[in-house]
Amino acid sequence: MTTAETHKNGGMTKDLIVYVCILALAGIQFVIAYQDISASQMFVRMLSVAVIEAALALLFFMDLAKNRGLLWFFVIFTVFVLLAMQYGWTDSFRLTDGVPWAK
Amino acid sequence: MSQADLSIHGQVSRTSATEIMTAPAFSVPAKKMAMWLFIIADTATFAGCLFAYGFTRNATPNWPRPFDSITNVAVMTAVLLTSSLTMLIAVRSAENGDKAKAFRFTMITAVFGIIFAILHLREWMELVGKGVTLFHNPWGTPLFGSMFFSITGLHLLHVTGGVIALIAVGLRYQVGRYNADDLEITGLYWHFVDLVWMFVVPLVYLLNLSH
Repeated sequence: MTTAETHKNGGMTKDLIVYVCILALAGIQFVIAYQDISASQMFVRMLSVAVIEAALALLFFMDLAKNRGLLWFFVIFTVFVLLAMQYGWTDSFRLTDGVPWAK
Repeated sequence: MSQADLSIHGQVSRTSATEIMTAPAFSVPAKKMAMWLFIIADTATFAGCLFAYGFTRNATPNWPRPFDSITNVAVMTAVLLTSSLTMLIAVRSAENGDKAKAFRFTMITAVFGIIFAILHLREWMELVGKGVTLFHNPWGTPLFGSMFFSITGLHLLHVTGGVIALIAVGLRYQVGRYNADDLEITGLYWHFVDLVWMFVVPLVYLLNLSH
């Protein structure tokens, strides 16, 4: 086996491991769905697993791990947009807790 | 310092400035950078949709939980995740110059995309059969139907566009009009579609599972 072939196979092995990890994490989400926990707990757990899945896909499938500059560019913009959207939650809870039918 | 030295230095500094101004951002080719910018913008679109869904679900009393079985969505997830792997194999093969393998795996990815779309449509038909439409829902708030069909519909639209892009780029790569970079850029889009599904499944399907 040549050096190039070894490198090629090594690369695919890493990709396969990442794929299996993402598949397993997706499976964990399905297990969480059947746990006897509250909706908010379920939401937090599932979202945490989804973030890990997404991070793995971004870093290894989309090769962001090889380009730190682009990684930070993507993360900063995306996180800013996601955080900027959170302003509405108080109003959402007001609708459930502050209206007559909530009591 | 002589006049000649100054002019040489002037030339050097002008060249450096030009190089800096024309150098690709983050050492990424322009086409690939355009795809990354599209992905960032599309992330905001999906985040907006999912946020609106979260807001509505939280603020609506008696939100329905209509999904009895996870089999279909589990198969759909497995199909889409596997399609990401086959896309990756296609991109790696193209990088290594194995054109036939790259083309073959691009087409396999497109087939997985078509299978995903068929399973998705089958699920939609089942829900429509139960009376769920964009403006109607037999279990309560009609907002469920509008949210469900909007979010999954937007994703399905992306999958459909991705399948068309995969076939078009794959065929042009095969005849030599496109190169490995073009295949990689299409791959980036496909992985993004997969990535969005990782959030759609828990939020839209699994949180609405009937126990």
